[in-house]
Amino acid sequence: MNLPKPNRRALSLLAVLIPLLGAFAWLALTSGPLAPVPVTLVSVEERAIAPALFGVGTVEARYTYRIGPTIAGRVSQVEVQVGDRVKAGQRLGEMDPVDLDERLAAQDAALRRAESGVVAARAQVRDAQARRDFASAQVGRYEQLLLARTASEDTAEAKRQEAQIAEAGVALGLANLESAEQDLGRVRAERAALVRQRDTLRLVAPADGLPLGGLVVSRDAEPGSTVVAGQSVVEVVDPASLWVDVRFDQLGAGALRAGLAARIALRSQPLGALEGRVERVEPRADAITEELLAKVVFADLPDPLPRLGELAEVTVALAPRPAAPAVPNATLHRRADALGVWVLDDDGGPRFVPVTIGARDLDGWVEIRSGLTPGATVIWHSQAPLSPGRRVKVVEQLPGVAP
Amino acid sequence: MISLAGRDILHGWGKFVFTGIGLGLLIGVTLSMAGIYRGMVDDAEVLLDNSGADLWAVQKDTLGPYAEPSNLADDLYRSLQTLPGVARAANVTYLTMQVSPLTDDPATGDPNARARRAMVVGVVPGGFGEPGQPESLVAGRHLTRGHYEAVADISTGFRLGEQLRIRRHAYRVVGLTRRAVSSGGDPMVFIPLKDAQEAQFLKDNDAIVAQRRRSAANPAFNRPGQPQVLDAVLAAQTQSNSVNAILVRLTPHAYPDQVAADIRRWKHLSVYTRAEMNEILQAKLIATSARQIFMFLVILSVVSAAIVAFIIYTLTLGKIREIAVLKLIGTRNRTIAGMILQQAIGLGVIGFIVGKTVATLWAPVFPKYVLLLPGDAARGFLIVVIICVLASLVAIRAALRVDPAEAIGG
Repeated sequence: MNLPKPNRRALSLLAVLIPLLGAFAWLALTSGPLAPVPVTLVSVEERAIAPALFGVGTVEARYTYRIGPTIAGRVSQVEVQVGDRVKAGQRLGEMDPVDLDERLAAQDAALRRAESGVVAARAQVRDAQARRDFASAQVGRYEQLLLARTASEDTAEAKRQEAQIAEAGVALGLANLESAEQDLGRVRAERAALVRQRDTLRLVAPADGLPLGGLVVSRDAEPGSTVVAGQSVVEVVDPASLWVDVRFDQLGAGALRAGLAARIALRSQPLGALEGRVERVEPRADAITEELLAKVVFADLPDPLPRLGELAEVTVALAPRPAAPAVPNATLHRRADALGVWVLDDDGGPRFVPVTIGARDLDGWVEIRSGLTPGATVIWHSQAPLSPGRRVKVVEQLPGVAP
Repeated sequence: MISLAGRDILHGWGKFVFTGIGLGLLIGVTLSMAGIYRGMVDDAEVLLDNSGADLWAVQKDTLGPYAEPSNLADDLYRSLQTLPGVARAANVTYLTMQVSPLTDDPATGDPNARARRAMVVGVVPGGFGEPGQPESLVAGRHLTRGHYEAVADISTGFRLGEQLRIRRHAYRVVGLTRRAVSSGGDPMVFIPLKDAQEAQFLKDNDAIVAQRRRSAANPAFNRPGQPQVLDAVLAAQTQSNSVNAILVRLTPHAYPDQVAADIRRWKHLSVYTRAEMNEILQAKLIATSARQIFMFLVILSVVSAAIVAFIIYTLTLGKIREIAVLKLIGTRNRTIAGMILQQAIGLGVIGFIVGKTVATLWAPVFPKYVLLLPGDAARGFLIVVIICVLASLVAIRAALRVDPAEAIGG
């Protein structure tokens, strides 16, 4: 057979066909159902899980004072602006007194008149006393004249009657004085009542309970506008009482207690976490949103003050648990209602091991109560869902995941 | 015995191989088209797989949550959880929207350059393997916080640790999944349920402010002398307690149809089993686009078959003089027929191998999922061989009818 010539052609043909077949076989084995699933491994670590709770809340003031009139009326002046700091008891504004001032002037006049009445009554008493004293002196004199027989019995009797009349005049004067004094008391009380009424028209900051003073957060009515009783004109909060009204998902929040340390990240400063403390856990939970409510106070009030209503993320660290085997939560899978992890079998295939889990933290570590021992290796991430008998290939990093 | 076909192929192997490669590219396109069709169907199935549910409870008389909008109160799941046969019930929301990373694109500096259309799924965080949760991750961890964390599909191009903007909140990507897509092929982004509820029903800030003004201008809400009414109305306007569906997982020995009937009867919801949901997705949601692709696949297959037949026929006609010589020297018809048949099948095999290889190579480049099933490949191989055989029959008929005199004539 003449070999050389056809052989060269055959070789060139094979040189094209064999790489093609090779590529075909390689692709068939590396992609599709025959290909091994790339997986990454992680070992079970002995780790103290520090569970934490994450909640979202808003900054609120514990004490808010809505300052407004007790009766309907017109605002005459408001002396503070939003953002002003006010002292306890400071005057913030005033309601229009309408006719109160005129009524007060009338009461003043009535008071003076009552006082004059008292003076007049006193003078009357003194007048009556003088008459009585004179009359009783006359009676004594005429008694002596009667004994000396220089005055008639008739005249003496007339003097005695005059003395009795003068005595009655004193009693009348005293009664008049008493009445005038009572009248003065009444007018005084009426005036005091008007003054009190006039005082309630002044809008003042609460007299106590503002250790750092108050902060005006809203000015709801301007001078000239009419407000109803109870409607607020100025709203003042106690800046020392700022706290965060936090909502925690009920799921796993059983260990939430007052006194636990918390970290507060305000939405305006997401990176700067502030220290805080759980002040109280509300006895009443939200049944609709399935959340627990708690109040978290700042350890130190930040400067500037957090804005009321600002969103805050609160992380509450619960007591760390003793060191126990732990795995990342991405290793856990549910298979036919059993929770477990995939481990590499002796022959290199995946095997499902059911586990029971305990505490978990916010970084994704989960405590393993049973099923795994520390140091065991489990499959962490996998390119595709695993099943027993599936070929796997251990890699450092799954394809397509940026380092 | 020497192989006549082999000798002939060796004689003009370049032409033969390149014809085979050209044919292969055509077969590759056809296989890819089949892969695109399978990918669409698989997207729908993987959506159901990923939800991890046996039953879908949705608003009464809707086909939700994938095919139709559906809204349910978010506390309904509790009453489902108490039904016999139900192992777990979990709320879920779905919303397809634009999601963009907060960090700028390193190449262009434009944050919107990497914005992706994604299906945002609100799931109950915390529980492992709860219905609705992503099943397996390729990087990172599952959601642990009740707010502002996200697990994104790797095809979004978002990276671990990156922040995403969904409506007004920023979400940190803590985990990546693979093949978590909607029935339309959009990648999924999983976020905690409460955030998703807010994202779904929350208007933008301008709209909220405008709505407040509108309410304040309405004398029915802003009553003189009762300033608290307006506050109450405004607070009521910004609440949302709706979810799109309740995913129900059954206990191992429960009958899905029985439990579904119970829920339908006593809870007055529409309920779909896995088979029914599959039917909704395949027959209603992706039906037209899948059929469109399928139609194109059929036409492409017919065209490919015709081209294969033409190539083999013209290859044979090109050798008509040599065949006439063979006949002249008394070669048997069987030998000539065998030569043409073997060449045709050889061409088909090379074409198939090239086609399958290129289809596999370029499949990952497609923006949507291309699923090349081994069964489809086997079927394709069989069809290619049959077409080659049929085409060679025509060529053989032409070859056998050639007049040996042509070898010396012409």
